[in-house]
Amino acid sequence: MCQKIGTKVIAYGSIQVYEKDGVYQLYCKSMKEDGIGDLYTAYEELKRKLSLEGLFDEKHKKKIPFMPKVIGVLTSNTGAVIRDIINISTRRNPNVYIRLFPVPVQGEGAGVKIAEAIEFMNEQKLADVLIIGRGGGSLEDLWPFNEEIVARAIYDSEIPIISAVGHETDFTIADFVADLRAPTPSAAAELAVTNIEDLKYTINLYKNRLKMALHKKTEVMRLRFEKCMNAGCYKDPYKMINDYYILIDRRLKSLENSVVQKLKDSKIRGAKAITKLDTLSPLKTLTRGYSIVQSEGRVISRVKDLKKGDIVDLHFSDGSAKAEIK
Amino acid sequence: MTKSEKDFEELMQKLEEITTKLETDKLNLDESVKLFEEGMQISKECNEKLEDAEKRITMLIRTNDEIKEENFVPEG
Repeated sequence: MCQKIGTKVIAYGSIQVYEKDGVYQLYCKSMKEDGIGDLYTAYEELKRKLSLEGLFDEKHKKKIPFMPKVIGVLTSNTGAVIRDIINISTRRNPNVYIRLFPVPVQGEGAGVKIAEAIEFMNEQKLADVLIIGRGGGSLEDLWPFNEEIVARAIYDSEIPIISAVGHETDFTIADFVADLRAPTPSAAAELAVTNIEDLKYTINLYKNRLKMALHKKTEVMRLRFEKCMNAGCYKDPYKMINDYYILIDRRLKSLENSVVQKLKDSKIRGAKAITKLDTLSPLKTLTRGYSIVQSEGRVISRVKDLKKGDIVDLHFSDGSAKAEIK
Repeated sequence: MTKSEKDFEELMQKLEEITTKLETDKLNLDESVKLFEEGMQISKECNEKLEDAEKRITMLIRTNDEIKEENFVPEG
């Protein structure tokens, strides 16, 4: 390892003291050039300043929309970053709308261009979410994303911003100010674009839950209904009518029986009465030679009821005759 | 945020609410069927919204404060 005198280096190793001479020795295990020493100081200073101002505060972070209609991307129109973002986005949502606004992502003036692009997207309302980013690189390469003008543009943006600068281990000021920091541009696309298949799956889950819930409710009601329908009156609705028919038949029969019985009784009573009547009948007496005397319809049972000249009816068993009292 | 994508999030929230309501609330059959139908209708709308969008990959080109939008195909 050969370094020119005057080069700033970062050395890694251990320090030991040679006690006899009071000399410190650095046992260097690795060493790299530290051309970025000044940049690093600037980075730390800006970070501290903006942090104190509250630009990194959680309360300023805007929510990334759930289903952004237009995804604005501020990055270079060449290279892997935009390609990765497009690939990941379209894989997650085949109908995605990506609006690329090309900006230089390194070198002099890039920061200003990036800040202007953020402002422009906001003024024209050209996106629902913005991804700003670039691929990995040295601290110098990533520098535009450490510039104050970019940090303030991100902070002032109405459109939520996802930063995706460099690799997972690179942290830029833009990352701290952004509403969401993605470790890589691909990850930013994943954060910005909802996976349509996941959504469809979720919607389907809701549909199934709705069906299950309704089924459960109707099942309970069906059971209640069936329990009712199992009651005799619904199961055999004619049973009740038939029962009444049987009752009517039975009543009819007993009515008939009682009429017949009454008739029989009456006949017997009648026969008895006839016999009795027969024995009391005057006809029998008449046959023995008696006769009944009637005058003007009245039975004459005493002689004093008669006077001379009366015409009387004489009733015999086989007929009647008229006679005159002398 | 444009209107339609807010609608989608709202629809999804509504779907969640309706589903939970149907699952947990004591409702009569009429109310249940009404909720069920509403939920199914919303899920249909959600699916339609997902299918509805059209894929567009564009690049904005700014010249003298005029903005043009062109289809963009990444290299490689």
